[in-house]
Amino acid sequence: MNFNLTLIAQALVFAALIWFTVKFVWPPLLRAIEARQKQIADGLAAAEQGKKSLESSSKQAELAIAEARARAAEIISQAEKRDAQMVEAAKVAAKTEGDREKAAAKADIQQEAQRAREQLREQVAALAVAGAEKILRREVDAKAHAELLDGIKKQL
Amino acid sequence: MAAGKEFNATEYIGHHLTHDVRPFLGDGGFWSLHLDSVLVSVLLGFVGIGFLWWVVRGATSGVPGKRQAFVELLVGFVDEQAKGVFRHGDRNAFVAPAALTVFVWVLLMNSMDFLPVDIVAMGTHKISEHGFRIVPTADINTTFALALSVWILMLVFSVQAKGFGGFLHEIFCSPFGAKLFPLNVLFNAIEYLSKPLSHSLRLYGNMYAGEIIFLLLWLLAAAGLGWAGLAFLLGLGWAIFHILIVALQAYVFMMLTIVYFSMAHEHH
Repeated sequence: MNFNLTLIAQALVFAALIWFTVKFVWPPLLRAIEARQKQIADGLAAAEQGKKSLESSSKQAELAIAEARARAAEIISQAEKRDAQMVEAAKVAAKTEGDREKAAAKADIQQEAQRAREQLREQVAALAVAGAEKILRREVDAKAHAELLDGIKKQL
Repeated sequence: MAAGKEFNATEYIGHHLTHDVRPFLGDGGFWSLHLDSVLVSVLLGFVGIGFLWWVVRGATSGVPGKRQAFVELLVGFVDEQAKGVFRHGDRNAFVAPAALTVFVWVLLMNSMDFLPVDIVAMGTHKISEHGFRIVPTADINTTFALALSVWILMLVFSVQAKGFGGFLHEIFCSPFGAKLFPLNVLFNAIEYLSKPLSHSLRLYGNMYAGEIIFLLLWLLAAAGLGWAGLAFLLGLGWAIFHILIVALQAYVFMMLTIVYFSMAHEHH
């Protein structure tokens, strides 16, 4: 256990090592670590921000979807109403048209029947006149009895 | 142990506990140097602090590599201890890096205890025929150099923090009050003297004892093949246990350094 110059030499070495560490080792590493800590803190803050904005935007999206759904329902119901209205109108139009056509047809039929009846009457009259002519050929002068025959024709 | 000589236990231990003494002025005495302690500690200082510097120079604030992560763990560990004890200002300015230096350097110097002395001696005999001790912290000059440096820095910080008047006031009036000033002076003198003594002797004692126990085990190994086997097992056990001591003593030395610096800033 003898003290000597080694004591001073080691103290000098110690001082040099401390000086070097204080000056060149500690500060750059501390800077790097602090910069990384800041980066991580910023990243976490950004993530938090992102989460928040995601939440708000998904809320907005939900709102928009609900609105769109309501609007779609409204449009559908309107369309259904209009559809029903159109069908109703078409029905009414068709019925009117049908009625009109039916009436026209009825009138046609009546006209035709009238005409047929008229024809028939004339034919029957001609036939009756022809028959009467045959019966009264000799004794009745056609010219003399024309008045009578016309009268019969009119009665038919 | 030099080969070919008659084996002698006293000589073996004495040989391994002899410093490589180089006289500087006249025939030495105080003015001589333990070349082994200085050489090994300077080398380890270069290796340890140089490694840190090499890693730190390429340090990135992005994703760290394995080397940088290791250094950051080490620095984080030391910084955590400094943060826990030193609360009197910016620890990054001096206290924390000084603690890192102490921890790394002392740990490396203590770790030299793990190297097998006789194999290392084959190489160191080329430097010094008489002896070459490779554990600088088992040299009381080294531990006292560290402890006294810390002690002087502590006094400087104390005066810086309180002013010279405040420092003297504390010596005379604390802890028992101004009326009992002789008692205060005595109390503070003992405290100030005990700090560097316990600081340095604790480390020195642990490392010196570790060295001696290794030497005794290797002495046992020299007794024969069976004894060598036993010495191997005991040596293995002691080496494993010694890992704890080496790390623990480095840690204790660092903690005391931080605590002393911290106490210097405290006002009483």
